[in-house]
Amino acid sequence: MAVTVKTFTNASEAAGALSSDRSARYLGGGTLVMRALNEGDVSISTIVRAQDQALTRIDASGPRITLGAGVTFARVLAERDLAFLHAPARSIGGPAVRNMGTVGGNLFAPNPYGDFTVALLALDATIAVQGGFGSRDIPIEEFLQGRERQAGTLVLSVSCTRPASSEAFRYRKIARIKPKGGSVITLAAHLPVSGGRIAGARIALGSMAPTQIRARAAERALEGRSLDAATIAAAASAATEGTSPSDNALGSAWYRREIVGVHLRRLLSGQE
Amino acid sequence: MTKTPLQFRHNGRDVAIFVDGGTNLLVALRELIGDMTPKFGCGQGGCGTCSVLVDGELHLSCLTLAETVAGRSVETLDGMKQGPNLHPLQRAFADSFAAQCGYCTPGMLMAAKALLDRNPSPSRADVIEAISGNICRCTGYEPIINAILAAAGGRASA
Repeated sequence: MAVTVKTFTNASEAAGALSSDRSARYLGGGTLVMRALNEGDVSISTIVRAQDQALTRIDASGPRITLGAGVTFARVLAERDLAFLHAPARSIGGPAVRNMGTVGGNLFAPNPYGDFTVALLALDATIAVQGGFGSRDIPIEEFLQGRERQAGTLVLSVSCTRPASSEAFRYRKIARIKPKGGSVITLAAHLPVSGGRIAGARIALGSMAPTQIRARAAERALEGRSLDAATIAAAASAATEGTSPSDNALGSAWYRREIVGVHLRRLLSGQE
Repeated sequence: MTKTPLQFRHNGRDVAIFVDGGTNLLVALRELIGDMTPKFGCGQGGCGTCSVLVDGELHLSCLTLAETVAGRSVETLDGMKQGPNLHPLQRAFADSFAAQCGYCTPGMLMAAKALLDRNPSPSRADVIEAISGNICRCTGYEPIINAILAAAGGRASA
């Protein structure tokens, strides 16, 4: 079925078109929306595009980085100042998907995808969105909880604070097929250290619930402690609390619950 | 439904077509231009057999809205051979038995070309990464990896 394609030169016009039409979807890199069209998704009758340079801008020079929603994973990987995001960017797709897929689109990618968003959730990213009533910033956790209702809003950019060191941010994607494959589970940990103790730990999990979630019980086990074996064991044993994984072809819910603590322990201990 | 005019470079030649809204680049290439070298596999971005180069970058044509290549350069396997001569990658694939049923081969060759255009002397790990988005169900990948390394070696010594 043919759809109507509306192309705008600036993001706010595109956001207006998106918010006024329930059957409109925003086309970023195409890896989600074109796939849906190829599968015959008749709920999409309008495709909205924006050729706005603001959407592809990278600001990675300072302590807080901002990525336009249309920045591809290949561009993240080409940016030396974004080294802390290279592991999550590299874990996505093959080269063609990384040349196409965008940071903004990844926020909407369902399981077993959306790995970059796991990293952004651990980094407490802020999502700048534009709806029919202007733009606003939303904490990523709130954005993900209301993801089903975000269809009418346009993501403009994501921003987060650069981790203090490479030790302070860790990422691990478990896939059955290497080097490319959907996620069995994905883990990211932001572990800021103050005076030898963890202050403000954030652990994010992918494929452990309908959307990416925080492992709050594991975070509590880490908070205010040094990263020793006892602390790591406590966090690992709390990893499944609050999770609700599903069965899919890559792994069962049971298997995901069994391995998440093992991989969290390895991630926190710095093991390969 | 009105059609949209679309112009782009296809293997170095300017083409102009009319596309329906939502038409993907693979359909435009195969059905409107008649270039049957990119194949339809999964339509989901999982198999890579529709791979083409857009401005030299590897893209999946089945997930590319045709209109987005307006004014850009699209290269497919059809443009790879130089006159009657096979491209060194094609020659290496033939010599190394890197194709069996052949369905993945157009995508494999485009992914390999994207790699060698950027990195003329890749390591084995680079080759594996470069074709990680392309699925082959016949060869077990080893002959394909060897063919790409052989083509790179031949190019380096040429």
